[in-house]
Amino acid sequence: MPATLSAVPNAVGRFGDYGGRYVPETLIAALDQLDLEYNRAVADPAFQAEFAHWLKVCVNRPSPLYFAERLTRQAGGAKIYLKREDLNHTGAHKINNCIGQALLARRMHKTRIIAETGAGQHGVATATACALFGLPCQVYMGEEDVRRQKLNVFKMRALGTEVVPVRTGSRTLRDAINEAMRDWMASVKTTHYILGSVVGPHPFPRIVRDFQSVIGQETRQQCLEQLGRLPNVVIACVGGGSNSAGMFYPFVDDSSVELVGVEAGGRGTAEGEHASTLVFGQPGVLHGTYSYVLQDADGQTAGVHSISAGLDYPGVGPEHSYWKDTGRVRYTCVGDDAALQAFHLCSRLEGILPALETAHAVVEAMTLAAQRSPDDLIVVCFSGRGDKDCYEVARLEGEEL
Amino acid sequence: MNPIDDLFHRLRDRRSRAFMPFLTAGDPDLATTPLLAQTLIDAGANLLEIGFPYSDPIADGPVIQASYTRALERGLHLDGVFSTCQAIAAKNPSVPLVAMASFSLIHRRGPERFVRQSLESGLSGAVVPDLPVEEAGPLAAVCRQFDFKLILLVSPTTTPERARRIVQTATGFVYCVSVTGITGERASLPSELLDQLRWLRQQTDLPLCVGFGISKPEQVTLLRDHAEGIIVGSAIIRLLETPGQPKELAQRVATLAGSLVKALHE
Repeated sequence: MPATLSAVPNAVGRFGDYGGRYVPETLIAALDQLDLEYNRAVADPAFQAEFAHWLKVCVNRPSPLYFAERLTRQAGGAKIYLKREDLNHTGAHKINNCIGQALLARRMHKTRIIAETGAGQHGVATATACALFGLPCQVYMGEEDVRRQKLNVFKMRALGTEVVPVRTGSRTLRDAINEAMRDWMASVKTTHYILGSVVGPHPFPRIVRDFQSVIGQETRQQCLEQLGRLPNVVIACVGGGSNSAGMFYPFVDDSSVELVGVEAGGRGTAEGEHASTLVFGQPGVLHGTYSYVLQDADGQTAGVHSISAGLDYPGVGPEHSYWKDTGRVRYTCVGDDAALQAFHLCSRLEGILPALETAHAVVEAMTLAAQRSPDDLIVVCFSGRGDKDCYEVARLEGEEL
Repeated sequence: MNPIDDLFHRLRDRRSRAFMPFLTAGDPDLATTPLLAQTLIDAGANLLEIGFPYSDPIADGPVIQASYTRALERGLHLDGVFSTCQAIAAKNPSVPLVAMASFSLIHRRGPERFVRQSLESGLSGAVVPDLPVEEAGPLAAVCRQFDFKLILLVSPTTTPERARRIVQTATGFVYCVSVTGITGERASLPSELLDQLRWLRQQTDLPLCVGFGISKPEQVTLLRDHAEGIIVGSAIIRLLETPGQPKELAQRVATLAGSLVKALHE
C-alpha cells in the first residue's frame, strides 16, 4: 500500500492490484515511448505552461463553481454547487484531455491522430484539438453509433476529421476501441492514439486522469477561496470514469471529503440492463487493463444499457477499482428514469440543460442534500451540457424534433 | 515429454518445418470444427492452433475477430470449446493442439483451472496474445508446474532487452509476428525480420515460428529456410466468411492448406 492514496500508479501502471498492460507485444514499444515522453512532459515546466495556456484560451478555463440555489431549495438540505464543465468549449470535460494529449503527440513528433468515440463527445473534442493544432485525425465510431449520433458525426467532419464507421462486433464503443487499437498496432511509428477515458493500458489511465485533474484542482481551490473550506461531499458520474477521476483525484488525500461515484443503473439489475461496473461487476481484463468489468461466467464482455450513451461502457478505469476496494470512494447507481427526471428538474430550476450522464450525478446530489444539514457543502461535477441529448430525450417522450 | 517439444525434435531430425494452421473453435459451428481440423491435419498440419472466441479481441485482426463474433453469436461456451478440442485430440494424438486465448478468458476461469482443463482436453500449450511478458509471471508459473507450454510473441518493435526476457519466459516455441505483414507481391522478406530471426537464433534454442498474414505459397517458399514453423491464420478463416455446407468449407480449406504445405516441403 502506498503512503498516500494519491501515490499511484507505480512505475508499471498498477493502482494497487489494478491496471497494468494486457495488450499485444506490438503495442509495448509505443506505450513505453508514451510513458517516457509523458514523464518528461510532467517534469517540463514549459509543457505544463503550454497546457495551461491552451486550457485558458481554447477551453475557457477555469470553469465556474456555481451555487445551484433553486436545486438546493428543492432538496431542502445541504448546499449544492456545480463545477461547470458544461461551459467548456465543445460543452464537456472531454476537451481537457484532448488538448493535453494533442500537445503530447506534437512533442513526440507524431503526425497523425486516431481516437475512438461512443456517442461522439470524445470524437468531437479530439477533432477540435486536431483542428487547433493542424493534425490529421481519424475517429473510429461504431456503425450503430454513427447512425444514432448524426449531429456529432457532422461536427467531426466539419472539423476536418475522418469518421471511420466500425462494422465489427456490437458496432458500438467497445468495437471502436478494438478497431482503434488495431489501427495503432500497424501505425505506431507515426500515429498517436488519443484514448478518451481513464481506461486502457498503462500509461493511459494516468495520463487521462492527470489531464482531467484540472477539474478537481480548480474545484478545491475555488472551494477554499469562495466558501472558505473544503466541501463535505463531491459527486461525479462514472462511465469509463474520466470526469470523476479528474474531479476526485485532487481530493483523495483530503480524508474529510466524502467522494461518491454514480454509475448508470439503466432499467434494472439484470445483466445487460445497466452499466454499473463497480456496483455489480468483478475484477477482470478488458481493453488492456485489469479492473472491474461486466462479464459472463466465461469472461465474455456483457451487454450494457443506459439512457446515457456516455455511461454505457462495460469496464471502468483501474484507479476507480482501487478507490472502490480501498473504500475511498463510494460507488452507487442511478437509473434511467431518475436521470431523465433530473434532466428536466435541473433545466427548469437552474436554466441549465445537463447531459444525461451529468443528470445521474445530479440525482445523487439531490438525494444526499436532502439528508444533510444546510451547513454541508456538496459539489457536483457538472460534466457536460445536454444539447446533444435533446433528440434522445424527445424521442423517449414521444416528441419529434 | 510435452507433445510440442516432441514435434519440434522430430522435425529437427528430419530437417523439416512445421505447418501450423489456425482454426476458430465454433466457426461456423462446433459440429464443423473437428471436420475442418481433420482436413488441415490430413493436408499436412503438424500443429493446430485453436482460437478461443472472445468478445473483445484487441490482439487479433479483423478477420479473426469477425470469426469469433460468428462463433459467439451461435451461443458458444468455453466448455464446448474444450470438448471440441478433446474430440480433435482423441483422433490425432501426434498433432499438438495449442489454444489461442485472450487473458480475459483465462483470468475469469482461473489460470490453474484453465490449464488443467486444457490438458484434460488434449491441449499442449497456449498463445495468449494480450499477455506481454511483464504480466505473464503468474500464468507462466502455473504452466511450468503442469508442463503446459506458454508461447510468447516477439514483434519487430520488440527491443533486444525485452526479447531476451521473452525467450527466457516462453516455452514450446517463440511466435514471431510482424506489424504490417508482407504482401504477396513482395519478392523478398523484410530485412528487419530476417535480422531479428538471426538474432533470436543466437538467444534461444526454442523453435522460431513466424506468423504474419501468410496466405500464399510464394510467401511460404521465402520463409521456409528462416523459421521452424509457419503459422497461417486469417487466410484460412477468410475461407469461412462465405457460408457453405461443411464439406464445401472443408474443400476450400483443403485446397489452400495443400498448396501451402507443398510450398513448405518441396
